[in-house]
Amino acid sequence: MLRTSLVLGLVAAMATGCTLVGGSDDNAESTVTLVTHDSFAAPQQVLDAFQQQTGIKLEILKKGDAGALTNSLVLTKANPIGDVAYGVDSTFASRALSEGVFDSYTSPEADRGPQRYAVDSEHRLSAVDLGDVCVNVDSNWFAEKNLPAPTSYEDLADPRYKDLLVVENPATSSPGLAFLLGTIAKYGEQGWQDYWTRLKNNGVKTVSGWEEAYSQDFSGSSGKGPRPIVVSYASSPAAEIGDDGKPRTKALLDTCYRQVEYAGVLTGARQPDKARKVIDFLLSQQFQTTVAENMYVYPARQGVDLPAGWAQAAPLPPNPATLPSDQVGGNRERWIEQWRSLLGQ
Amino acid sequence: MAFAARPVRPVARAGLGLLALVPVAFLVVFFAWPVLAILRRGFTGGGVAAALVDGETWRLAGFTIGQAAASTVLAVLAGLPVAFVLARVRLPGAGLVRTLVLVPFVLPTVVVGLAFRALWPDGGVLSIVLANAFFNVAVVARTVAGLWSHLDSRAEDAARALGASRWRAFRSVTLPSLRPAILSGAAVAFLFCATSFGVVLVLGGARFRTLETEIYLRTENLLDLTGAAALSLVQITAVLATLFIGAVARRRRETALKLRARKETVRRPTGGEWWVVGAAVAVLGLLLTPIVALLLRSLSTADGWSLAGYRALATTGTSGTLQVSGWDAAMNSLRTATDATVLALLIGVAAAAVVVTLRRSPGRTSHGLAETMDAALMLPLGVSAVTVGFGYLVTLDALPGDLRRSPLLVPLAQALVVIPLIVRIVLPVLRSIDDRLRQAAATLGAGPVLVWREIDIPLTLRSIVSAAGFGYVVALGEFGATSFLARPQTPTLPVAIASLISRPGELNNQMAYAACALLMLVTAAAVVLIDRFGSGRMGEF
Repeated sequence: MLRTSLVLGLVAAMATGCTLVGGSDDNAESTVTLVTHDSFAAPQQVLDAFQQQTGIKLEILKKGDAGALTNSLVLTKANPIGDVAYGVDSTFASRALSEGVFDSYTSPEADRGPQRYAVDSEHRLSAVDLGDVCVNVDSNWFAEKNLPAPTSYEDLADPRYKDLLVVENPATSSPGLAFLLGTIAKYGEQGWQDYWTRLKNNGVKTVSGWEEAYSQDFSGSSGKGPRPIVVSYASSPAAEIGDDGKPRTKALLDTCYRQVEYAGVLTGARQPDKARKVIDFLLSQQFQTTVAENMYVYPARQGVDLPAGWAQAAPLPPNPATLPSDQVGGNRERWIEQWRSLLGQ
Repeated sequence: MAFAARPVRPVARAGLGLLALVPVAFLVVFFAWPVLAILRRGFTGGGVAAALVDGETWRLAGFTIGQAAASTVLAVLAGLPVAFVLARVRLPGAGLVRTLVLVPFVLPTVVVGLAFRALWPDGGVLSIVLANAFFNVAVVARTVAGLWSHLDSRAEDAARALGASRWRAFRSVTLPSLRPAILSGAAVAFLFCATSFGVVLVLGGARFRTLETEIYLRTENLLDLTGAAALSLVQITAVLATLFIGAVARRRRETALKLRARKETVRRPTGGEWWVVGAAVAVLGLLLTPIVALLLRSLSTADGWSLAGYRALATTGTSGTLQVSGWDAAMNSLRTATDATVLALLIGVAAAAVVVTLRRSPGRTSHGLAETMDAALMLPLGVSAVTVGFGYLVTLDALPGDLRRSPLLVPLAQALVVIPLIVRIVLPVLRSIDDRLRQAAATLGAGPVLVWREIDIPLTLRSIVSAAGFGYVVALGEFGATSFLARPQTPTLPVAIASLISRPGELNNQMAYAACALLMLVTAAAVVLIDRFGSGRMGEF
């Protein structure tokens, strides 16, 4: 029996393929490495078309969320792990810029819209997409309760909406941080803590991540949780369209905070010329038309059509709040600490 | 026994040195160097001392140790009746118990966290403790059962014949004999609970933090390497202390084992033993609750029951969430886990052989070396995956071919987690081989290699197979390091599940849960194979 087991084991090992040997594909010149975050997704045809047009094969390397990505780039700036990076957002941009992670490059595509979101005068980062964070509500829940859905920050602190809101911890969640920044932009350095005290008294629930808040506590997602108000993205309602073609949830456009995601050529890139071509590609019409469908974000380029249904379910917030990247970089840790002690956590 | 310890001959010493080179080189290059590089960056920033005396650091350490201790106690209490069933009971379905108890081990912590949140929405500390215990009942049950099934039941029978109640006989005869195994299993469970990450993050919400989650936050989010270094120091110290206690417990167990012969002790339960069986069934029921909840989630949609999630496994998720299909991710998982297991076996068995040989050699130096190596092999279990992952980024470019971007990194990192478990399983068996067998073979003219081939390898083969199987299961479930290193074109199942669950949309969610079911199925199959072909005895941990 022992022999049988060995034979079986060997067969199984061969069937699954012992890949210890081989597998490395450093076929030199034509490959450019794009370092990005976990949420990156693009249709293979579009990447293939780019390779056909330019001869550049994109090798994609994912390094966690926007924070982990930025820190990976900072730690490896002496010898970068790739040629070009995409996914450093406005929250982390100042850290990447002050650490000198990126080289200047102005793409010819930049004046088609991305330039509006420029973050530094040296053009080291090009805006690729916008991932606005907004409060989402379960429209059906409010219809059934005969209660008008909230529309503003003030409403969230209104006793009529007591115990209905679930938010993410800004220390561990990117949308959670964006929402906190939104309240700071709205109420200012003086007033935001007072606002959060009111939210606390109104029964706000805090959880560590978007998955728990949205898929579990929120009543409008497939998780059918108990709370009809959640901090999520402006685009989330596009994923919650019912059989009747109507969105089941709605983003409150007056509670949005804009997170811009940037791309840039890495300082010390092995193939800077080809890396610049990748930036052009990321800003191109061809790529920009895919970002909404594939990553649930809005294109930075002007004149790019959103997928059908987005106009009704997930329009781009017209007047989102923003804070300057260096102000966020300089105060983030303190704000989070204050938030923690405020919420008694 | 002095004559049993023979001096190591020069040729053998050279061979031993070569053999030791493999595990030592691996640990140095893929563990010590990256981790020290990150810690060094933290220290050069200054302020580690200040962070060490910060009350917050010690509050975190206190909570970490407290929750881990509570989880361990619970895992031991739940694990003992299961161990009894595994070791002593002949009942239909005992094999199934052996399989089921290991399934929690591979489930992605995010998913288990969500399952526990669904069952106890505002559980807080209680749900953290329950979830950690959920993962570690198997560790305790299997470790204790390993010894229990070898324990001579005649002493207990004698106590009963002399009038002791069943409970009294258990308490004063069996329990003291099991103590070393319980402590050893508890030490490993404690290690897993103290460093558990995903569960604490999901269930702790914004309120509860441990050293591990804070190291992650400081490293990955805030890039506060100084604070992270201070916390890592505290964590590593705690881990070393736990390892020391575990080592002491193991030594006592070794002497205990020598006294007793292996004996077939399995029988049908009688009288009050049925209560214990009942308790074991209750534990299993509790273990199955989150699993069943996951399976239900994979089948239910807004419009009733559906297999849509399972059908979606053939796709890449709604609008290409994944770069490959769910099935491809499953194949990647199998492939990577195979590589990791083969690698870990080579290194782990070599390491176990070196430790055993050193221990058998005379002299304090070699004993000290053996203990040091034993502890060093366990250390990867106690260091945060994010520290290792970031460490790779700042060191591995110095190696030829810039390993940082290589697909090889995933099996290498998984092997790091698997090696300690393989060592813990193979080492005791290797140690229990009567040295006189080797001496006899040597007297008859066999060289060291031949002795290994004819004596050690045949006698340990079964435990090696069983270690391989268990390692395979652990590699299948590894998430922390894998998620940071895996490339998008070759995600493993746990990585794919995490991507799917972080997207809105019902189908993505369902596909994630279906992928969990697939992962459980693959695991159960692997466990059945281990127990069919392996020794069935999992050794110590």
